[in-house]
Amino acid sequence: MRDGVPSTSAQSALRRLRRRPEAWLLAVILIVGTIFSLTARDFLSLPNIIDLLETYSVQAIMAMGLFVVLVSGGIDISFAATASVAQYCAALLASQLGLPAPLVILAGLAVGGILGCLNALLIHYVRITSIIATIAMMSVSFSLLMYFSGGKSIYTLPDWWTDRIVFWQTETESGDLVRITLPIVAMVVVTLFTWAWMTRSSAGRQLYAMGGNAEAARRIGINIGRLQFVAYGYLGLMAAIAGMLQAHRVGESVPNAMYNTELAVLSAAVLGGASLTGGIGTVPGVLLGIVLLAILQNGLNLLGVSSYFFQIVIGITILASTSLTVISSRRGRRHRILAEAPANG
Amino acid sequence: MTDIVPFLRLSNVSKNFVGVRALQDIDWEVRPGEIHCLVGENGCGKSTLIKIVAGVHAPTSGTIEIGGQEVLPLDPAKAKALGIQVIFQDLSLFPNLSVAENIAIDDTLQNMLMPVNKAAMRKTTRAVLERLAFDLDLDAAVSDLSVAERQIVAIARGLAAEARLIFMDEPTASLTRAEVDRLLAIVSRLKADGIAVVFVSHRLDEVVEIAERVTVMRDGRKVGTWPVGEVDQKKIANLMTGLHIDNSIVARDMSSAEPVLEVKNLTRHGEFADIDFTLRRGEVLGIVGLLGSGRTELALALFGMHRVDSGTMALEGQPLTLRSNRDAVRAGIAYVSEDRLGLGVILPQSIGDNIMLAVMKSMTNGLGLIPDKSRKKLAGDWVQRLAIKVPSADRAVQTLSGGNQQRVVLAKWLATKPKVLILDSPTVGVDIKNKQGIYEVVTDLARQGVGIILISDEVSEVFATCDRVLHMRGGRILEEEVPGRVSEHEMEERIYA
Repeated sequence: MRDGVPSTSAQSALRRLRRRPEAWLLAVILIVGTIFSLTARDFLSLPNIIDLLETYSVQAIMAMGLFVVLVSGGIDISFAATASVAQYCAALLASQLGLPAPLVILAGLAVGGILGCLNALLIHYVRITSIIATIAMMSVSFSLLMYFSGGKSIYTLPDWWTDRIVFWQTETESGDLVRITLPIVAMVVVTLFTWAWMTRSSAGRQLYAMGGNAEAARRIGINIGRLQFVAYGYLGLMAAIAGMLQAHRVGESVPNAMYNTELAVLSAAVLGGASLTGGIGTVPGVLLGIVLLAILQNGLNLLGVSSYFFQIVIGITILASTSLTVISSRRGRRHRILAEAPANG
Repeated sequence: MTDIVPFLRLSNVSKNFVGVRALQDIDWEVRPGEIHCLVGENGCGKSTLIKIVAGVHAPTSGTIEIGGQEVLPLDPAKAKALGIQVIFQDLSLFPNLSVAENIAIDDTLQNMLMPVNKAAMRKTTRAVLERLAFDLDLDAAVSDLSVAERQIVAIARGLAAEARLIFMDEPTASLTRAEVDRLLAIVSRLKADGIAVVFVSHRLDEVVEIAERVTVMRDGRKVGTWPVGEVDQKKIANLMTGLHIDNSIVARDMSSAEPVLEVKNLTRHGEFADIDFTLRRGEVLGIVGLLGSGRTELALALFGMHRVDSGTMALEGQPLTLRSNRDAVRAGIAYVSEDRLGLGVILPQSIGDNIMLAVMKSMTNGLGLIPDKSRKKLAGDWVQRLAIKVPSADRAVQTLSGGNQQRVVLAKWLATKPKVLILDSPTVGVDIKNKQGIYEVVTDLARQGVGIILISDEVSEVFATCDRVLHMRGGRILEEEVPGRVSEHEMEERIYA
């Protein structure tokens, strides 16, 4: 009606779909995937795909937490540092004190959750802008970790932590072993939970409302402070899970192993359509963002391209995707005035 | 009438903020199902009054009764539970959420761990929209709706929360006449359901048209409440200001003056098309139109901020191409923005520094520095010429009142000695007394030979200052009029038609 063109519901559904970043992202993934599968022989093989899933499960779990913070209208740079701290604390408890698994895991989660809540505290009560608060927190917690650990890795993780947990496995015709392992299952569970929680629960919808218009949310009686703690606390928990899974995958705890992953995770979320101004984004979108990054890195690896080139590709993809969003919304705004003009003019 | 129990009754309500008496001894009633208008100038205490009833502020003294029950102390949640809803001017909607999620937002406010029942939300929404006899796509994002539709969503949200009394703050500010009529039809439906509506407005014509009773406030006190038949627009205006406002017409015939700015077929796709006009030396040319008519977009193009797609401009007979606003400033075009605070001044800086901003280059000495003496002189001159009320030009602009801030912006551009001055809604947020002052400055400047384009959606403002008026709608100029040849009322009818 506003476009001045009578449209069928199929047309409007198509138009809605075209406006969704997820649809564009899926198209890009298909194109990039096709190119790689034609040029790199192993790319589309089942073992490669499963391997890719496992490699990116840690980042995907952090991305789910970050997604919640982005929807709430904030941003967090400190989660990779949080993950490292939680991982190292848990590793210390397990290797030095020999605590049992449930206690170690709980302690790791607690460290992540507390660091997340500390961010929320700084942002909500001290009123520091989220990007500043979390950059500072990243600096503090990572430096504390390096100081107290002396940069030393912990190689003596208990078996319950480092043993592979295989949920399902099969052998391909070519003799490769394909295994669905704990990180993959954890990623699936976290993704499904985050998706259901954000779309179906009161808290999820309140987070979207707060990200869309914080002042209106406050006026309508939404408890902004509590939601900040929910969002940053959730990201802290996800970071802790990701951190402990990372140690599980590599079999040791290296203090700076996850340093610098925050940018890749943030890129994936933004690529997937999560808005840095809040209120907009979906779990499938963020997942697709991760998939695109994974495909790019893996495909370029298989083609033997330098890893610096991958960083360039990440940067360019972010620039391109964000400018596309801005340009298309600007065009939409422009066409509104004249479209409503009287026909005689 | 006396036997009706008022839905809301305030007795002796006062509110002091630190050092300021915002409200003083207010006695006020709203009856069930009544349409009531609350009018007053900016800063008269209207918003404070609303916020007290909505539970945002606690009154310093006095009592509030709702349905005959004393309700103090009040908080926002309690006020809402008692049926008080406030629709703020910005509507407070969630642009990223769907219509249904906005209207039934209360359903998501329960226990955080509870799942949201989307079917129930849709049912609530449908029932409410049915009551309003209004059709909307429940799944459309609110950011895709027109302003009028958003307003309906805000009202529907109030209804979904079982409102008994709805405050609407400036509900018609950006609506067309047809949309205002539709809104009024909805308000009368609410009335039939026994829901009271209090309009807060500064558009006096509407007040007279829809309200049953009018309450006028001034300087934190209630001047009085009258049935609408007993007061007319002029009387209300006088009660609001305590002054007699003289809206005499100043239009002069300037057609023999030399042209300053000639615009032909100016077009920017999607924003405005085929704009033709000639501005003459010393002339005040008004451009009126609603928000979204393309008036501000045109102004930005004339100032070089947006490029045009086709058409020509000429300044004093010389062809003019603007690639940026620097080109415009160099050519002698100045622009005072609608968003005075956002775009016009740097609030924490001093008056002098702000005025100097656009002429800095011409003030530098051989070393590229700006001598303090010439800075002081410039600031002092303009403070005096524009009668900015301030003890010293070193004061930060944010310490000034709205009207005086607007004068600082004016001074900043006038210091560039412009040939053309574009004023976009110069009196938004300025009270009536200060408005008069700004009108005087505008007419004064025109007498000195500056060509002025004044963009506004207030017809009375244009009539009080302009020689000619262009009416814009949908990105085009519909007609040209001379104030006095048509009446203010006629012009308003056409604009809001």
